Amino acid sequence: MDLSLVPLLAILVSLVAVVPIMLSSAKPNLREFWTILAAVIKFGLVLTLLPVALQGDSVELHLVDLAPGIPLALKADPLGVYFAVIASGLWIFTSFYSIGYVRGAGEIKQTRYFASFAVCLSATIGIAFSANLITFLLFYEMLTVATYPLVIHNEKKEAINAGRKYLAFTLTAGLLLVAASALVYHYTGTLDFTPGGVFTDVELPHTAMLLLFILFLGAVGVKAGVMPIHGWLPAAMAAPTPVSALLHAVAVVKSGVFAITRVVGYVFGVDVMGDYGLNDILIVLAGFTIIVASLIAFAQDNLKRRLAYSTVGHLSYIVLGVALLTPTGMTGGIMHIAAHATMKITLFFCAGAIYVNLHRTEISNLDGIAKVMPWTMGAFVIGSMGLAGIPPINGFFSKWTLALGSLEGDMIIPVIILVVSGILNVGYFFPIIYRAYFKPGKGLEKYGEASPLMVVPIVITATLSVLFGLFPNLFFGFYDLAVDISLSLFNTAAP
Amino acid sequence: MIESHLPAYIALTFVLFSVLIPAFGLWRSELSQPLAVLGSGIAAAFSVYGFINYLNEGSIRYFFGGWEPPVGIEFVYDGLAGFFVLVINVVSFFVLIHSHHIAKREFPGKEMPYYALAMLMMLGFNGMILTGDLFNLYVFLEIASLSGYALIAIGEKQAPYAAFRYLIIGTAGGTLYLLGVGFLYTVTGTLNIIDMAAMLPMLYESNAVFAALILMIVGIGVKAALFPMHGWLPDSYTYASSVSTALIAPIGTKVAAYILFRVILWLFGLEITDAIAPLSYIVGVLACIGILYGSIMAIAQTEMKRMLAYSSVSQIGYIIMGLSLANPWGFAGALLHVLNHAIMKACLFMISGQMRLKEGHSDISRFDDSYRKKYPWTMASFSIAAISMIGLPPLAGFFSKWYLALGTIDNSNWLFLAVILISSLLNAVYFFRVLEKVYMMDPDKGQKEPKDGERNEPSASMLWPTGILAVSLIVIGFANAVIVGILLNIFPM
Repeated sequence: MDLSLVPLLAILVSLVAVVPIMLSSAKPNLREFWTILAAVIKFGLVLTLLPVALQGDSVELHLVDLAPGIPLALKADPLGVYFAVIASGLWIFTSFYSIGYVRGAGEIKQTRYFASFAVCLSATIGIAFSANLITFLLFYEMLTVATYPLVIHNEKKEAINAGRKYLAFTLTAGLLLVAASALVYHYTGTLDFTPGGVFTDVELPHTAMLLLFILFLGAVGVKAGVMPIHGWLPAAMAAPTPVSALLHAVAVVKSGVFAITRVVGYVFGVDVMGDYGLNDILIVLAGFTIIVASLIAFAQDNLKRRLAYSTVGHLSYIVLGVALLTPTGMTGGIMHIAAHATMKITLFFCAGAIYVNLHRTEISNLDGIAKVMPWTMGAFVIGSMGLAGIPPINGFFSKWTLALGSLEGDMIIPVIILVVSGILNVGYFFPIIYRAYFKPGKGLEKYGEASPLMVVPIVITATLSVLFGLFPNLFFGFYDLAVDISLSLFNTAAP
Repeated sequence: MIESHLPAYIALTFVLFSVLIPAFGLWRSELSQPLAVLGSGIAAAFSVYGFINYLNEGSIRYFFGGWEPPVGIEFVYDGLAGFFVLVINVVSFFVLIHSHHIAKREFPGKEMPYYALAMLMMLGFNGMILTGDLFNLYVFLEIASLSGYALIAIGEKQAPYAAFRYLIIGTAGGTLYLLGVGFLYTVTGTLNIIDMAAMLPMLYESNAVFAALILMIVGIGVKAALFPMHGWLPDSYTYASSVSTALIAPIGTKVAAYILFRVILWLFGLEITDAIAPLSYIVGVLACIGILYGSIMAIAQTEMKRMLAYSSVSQIGYIIMGLSLANPWGFAGALLHVLNHAIMKACLFMISGQMRLKEGHSDISRFDDSYRKKYPWTMASFSIAAISMIGLPPLAGFFSKWYLALGTIDNSNWLFLAVILISSLLNAVYFFRVLEKVYMMDPDKGQKEPKDGERNEPSASMLWPTGILAVSLIVIGFANAVIVGILLNIFPM
């Protein structure tokens, strides 16, 4: 079967779905049907690319030329498929959850919400399948624009300010990416993502390479939440919780770390990164972010904000894994993309369920809620313990691989950072669990568990976290895929 | 043989219709607008045909009456001229279709003189672009300017004053240009651009040539609103009637920019331009200051037309910056921006006119979120044009910035690169502010519920032109590789 159109279709399906979603704004059930349908079709299309990716091959498609010699080109390579499977798979759960959430919370302008969400998913899959920097840039900016209506969704003062902050950060990042891409084109004459990088035949002065890397870091580091340019992420928690769950724990921020992987492995290449010492910058920033974000998370009483800082910290695990420049470290980083996605989406889902059901957002108000919401809080325990790195949940596995990776590179400090951060994770998640289970609650008599539309996705994502922890290869051969991807980045020197 | 007479036909169409409109308009005033649309439509068709002909057959040198220069008058239809003629005629065709209701509302009973003057101004613009003779260029410049002053004077109470100010400054600019032409004539003995370009290399480092160049750059800089000679523009564009602004703003300063292209790249060439002082770099720095100044001033405005006017000061800077880079990418970026900006600004000014027609004002601070219900299509067009102005892919505006950025990098000109990037952010500030007002509740005013509104879109003669221009921005975005391929071939060096 000819698969070359599949990447394009996978991108377009949710973009096309925007039209029926808008047209059926008067009939909510029909409107949500389109969302679910698009999500399922998209996931199915992405899965058809998986066998190719598992063989280490890619599906390529060249569309029109966007500029002389630079085509709008898609390439579903293993890394892209890996990311696309995660994003599109979790969109299905988020769609069901969203229906329960927006109806339960009585949100305004629900049509705009579902339409923007669909565009966001198109952009995310587009980012995953971009074959060159300019195609990537196109979808990267599309994601920025499509996420904006979701961030400001409730149109309160806080949300509108968060939206401005979000645009200020992400549009600046987009411009840095324009400059960085133009420089790459100037120096190398190509913008294609190439395993091993595009600088293999080009000698640049050290400062030029350093500045170029810093430009890239500013461009993609914003969405990856690398400190000190993470400021938009906690602010964006003003968005409805499913948005925080899928976009600010999976799609948008993972697009950021995905982009860092692309930049490190496919633009600069691991050899150039090592030769010019560029990865040291990344390791320092990531290590700093992991520790500081975890410490800030302690100070947050708002549940979503605590989760947001936890996200900032965990994103840097992935950055750290990539920056180690060892095959095992890279594998660990890539594994953590999936691991963090399932766990953090569970936690955000829980926070949203608590908000819709009990109208509580502050951690100090969560006393005793496990009695009324046992399923939700059970899932919360699984997710948070997984993030702290307790076996057998999948957070342990990726962290273990990361630690092995840093030892492989003879680096001890990253291991220490991982251990300390694990303890900090326990530290900021445990009080929540303690309050929910062991403190007597007040005013909870008339409440029960949240709507099944929300609880079922929560339980499924929590179960996925455990299953992935026990059997990393159970679904889609994810572990093998991650290993293949990272090996393909290191064996490029051999002809 | 229509091809060989094409340059003349384009200009003569406007001459014909500037006579036909008063003739028919005195009899039936409501015929003026359809005639103007017909005239500019014919000219646009000629321009499209001419440009296709240029691509197939190459440039045309047209001698009026068969008299060759230096005796006769020459029109040159080469790539640069063909491209500019195409842009201004097609865009003004849409603007004139759009103007029908707004003209009737803003200056009832004066449609006939308005459209007759519009045809004269278009004649001037087309003549400036097509002529192969520096003195003729001055004549056409004055035709365009005098009708332009009159068009701007039709408008609000302050419009005549703004027009008078423009007249004083503009005439000074025109005179400086003429002085420059005089200098060149004394040293070369010809006014024909092609002849003169062949002679100027022999006058390398001549002070007379240098003086002429400065006089011409300053004089035309006034017309192009190049910083710091932009002072006339914001008031003129704000107070003139919406239809005049929509007609003049997208193309007026572009034609002046065309003269700078012609003079610096074709007539003098980069080497002579920079022989005594790095003039091209100085022009580029002025353009950069203009870009930043225009954007910052636009942020400070609350009136939409005034905001767009300052934005024009900023955007013309991109075009002139691309010129000053004088490399293929910068050149292609600048010309692509001529096309993009003409479409975007036409679309945006037309929408500001629609707001004045429907709401009686275009004051952004009084916009509210009922507009998204009242004017869904208008606001969709506005959003597309605004996002293109900010420069997000895949819309057309992104690509002109992309090529300009490549151009600055090829010259290792980091200052200009930084200016392009910073100004994009500033654009985002003043356009997202409008989008916020239109699509979102205003918590500062204590709004708790989204406002509803009855559908109140203007008629099809306004919706379609704005819609088509907005959609064309997407099309150009995806087709820009083709356009840029053509533009790179036009580059003279």
